[in-house]
Amino acid sequence: MLDLRQYPSLGAALRDALEHWPNETCLIEADRDKEKTRLTYSDFKELARPLTRALQDADFREGDRAAIIMSNQSKWLVSAYAIFYCGGVLVPLDFKLTAAEHLQLLAHCKAKFLIVEYYLWRAIMQSPSFKSHGVKTVLVTESPLRADLGGAYRWEDFHRKGEPIFIDRQRDDVACIVYSSGTGGRPKGCVLTHENYLEQCTSLTAWYPFWPGVRYLSILPTNHAIDFMVGFIGPFVCGACVVHLRTLRPEYVRDAFVRYRISYMSLVPMVLKNLERGLKAKFDELPPAQRFMLDRMIALNKLLTRRRPNVKLSRRLLGQVHKAFGGQLLALFTGGAFMEPSTLQFFYDLGIPVANGYGLTEAGTALTLNDFEPFRADTVGRPLPGVELRVLSPDSEGIGEVSVHSKTVMSHYLDAPELTAETIVDGWLLTGDLGRFDFTGHLQLFGRKKNMIVTEGGKNIYPEDIETVFEGVPVKEYCVFAANYVWPAKQLGKETLMLVLRFDQNQQLDTALLDDINARNRRLADFKRIGGYLIWDRDFPRTASLKIKRTALAEEIGKSAERSAVVSL
Amino acid sequence: MKTEAQTLDEIMDLAAQHFKVPRGKLEPDEDFFKALNIDSLQALDLLTRLENHFHVEMPDYELQGVTDFRTLANRIQARL
Repeated sequence: MLDLRQYPSLGAALRDALEHWPNETCLIEADRDKEKTRLTYSDFKELARPLTRALQDADFREGDRAAIIMSNQSKWLVSAYAIFYCGGVLVPLDFKLTAAEHLQLLAHCKAKFLIVEYYLWRAIMQSPSFKSHGVKTVLVTESPLRADLGGAYRWEDFHRKGEPIFIDRQRDDVACIVYSSGTGGRPKGCVLTHENYLEQCTSLTAWYPFWPGVRYLSILPTNHAIDFMVGFIGPFVCGACVVHLRTLRPEYVRDAFVRYRISYMSLVPMVLKNLERGLKAKFDELPPAQRFMLDRMIALNKLLTRRRPNVKLSRRLLGQVHKAFGGQLLALFTGGAFMEPSTLQFFYDLGIPVANGYGLTEAGTALTLNDFEPFRADTVGRPLPGVELRVLSPDSEGIGEVSVHSKTVMSHYLDAPELTAETIVDGWLLTGDLGRFDFTGHLQLFGRKKNMIVTEGGKNIYPEDIETVFEGVPVKEYCVFAANYVWPAKQLGKETLMLVLRFDQNQQLDTALLDDINARNRRLADFKRIGGYLIWDRDFPRTASLKIKRTALAEEIGKSAERSAVVSL
Repeated sequence: MKTEAQTLDEIMDLAAQHFKVPRGKLEPDEDFFKALNIDSLQALDLLTRLENHFHVEMPDYELQGVTDFRTLANRIQARL
């Protein structure tokens, strides 16, 4: 691994990585069962060079911002490398947002360049607000040769001969602007520095090292903080290989483990549960004698790995299970959303450790991670090296808001000094998450102080961001809340959003109104939808400027109504 | 060539059978995530089965933003 302490920027570290392991494979891209691309570090450099030069010739300069909107694929990494090489600032946008949301965030971050996949660019071009976008140059990947790109260039043709000039940045310069939310009018663009990423990479690889030959399976999009670190920066500065799978279809994910002999993979709870369901279904199909033997072996493995994992031993005891995962798997990573302890325990008992962690965009990738010394399924692990965590104002059970001091904490929110001042106080980032440390120093989470949910797919959803879809619904007033914010549950999981409705005088709930709400709800992406509604019989408290006082309203509802009053949609 | 109505019917038949939901309970304009009680990965699994049934190939992104059977039928019909 490169000694990251010696590097001032991600660009410098990545540039040296390409020189350091020229003949090692760094990237494989597969679509279903077909391999599309295989690159060594040297090939990667050759592919990035003409793009980088063309960016510089198109006046992409130090500190300029370039956004990437792409699904999981190798061109994401090549483009990001080129941006860093030019001293630029990368803005990774979530490709699952709508075209209107993409345009809103592009305007907010004032991106000068955009690199985008063809099908996403088509949607953006068809958006009513398309003409007002202020991006100077757009590069579109995988577009048909004669497609109308609305003035954009084909990524594949955007080449210039000649050696690009490497522009270095300092540790405290901005590396990325990552949006943690903000399509509802209050964009939260986390400004992360090169130091944030270099420190995060150092601490993560101290616990989970990569080396040449190690293969990381990437199914999360690289705009996801975990994949950016564990599926790009981490493996590259260690000479390891990233395998991009361009589909999430379970059968191909399972195939990829075997075909590419995967060592590590990050996944969200939804994918892990899917793997669990698949395995359990296979176990249930076994003839009784084989099933009996399997259960005995699992019990033995559980006993022998009680204190710490022993992957080699588990591979011997449960050979068939490990063979189905390629036989080289070291660990799976998950985090960001609530993970059922029983699922983590299921995999641990099979000798497949799942390192459950906790982090937030504002603090880089991860703050805590399970180190398996010992395994604790009901926690999100211990603070990573260099991360200081405190529990503020703990209650009688020791539960309070988690705050963090670390070199991985963002510099600020883009163009939002007040929001920054509310979030980072005296150098400590207030996470809005409620937790406590157990007697072994592992962090347990118990819910959120903030009004938001995290889905099983790892998406942060803020009520303010989805409220606009209900604009015009024929009621006196309405508001969206995370149910656990109104009725603190002291636990994670079962997170849902609810719509609070205040009717006009004499108004009653009727089918037309319910149909209207359902239709609006369905306009939202499936993971953003509200789960139910609550009819409220008092006017909402409002500020002098008529904004809803959300905290006061939540408290009022929490005190006067039961959670059971929420009607499921 | 199948009509769109036939395609829609066959999609709902297959979904009901695969996820063990009574066929009579499924409506063309219904949110299939809710009706079938599935997540987005299970929806992709359904897409694979539909590809095999209709002999078409559809990239994952064709399912992005699609939540009802009728729209799904439109997308498949366009590739038949």
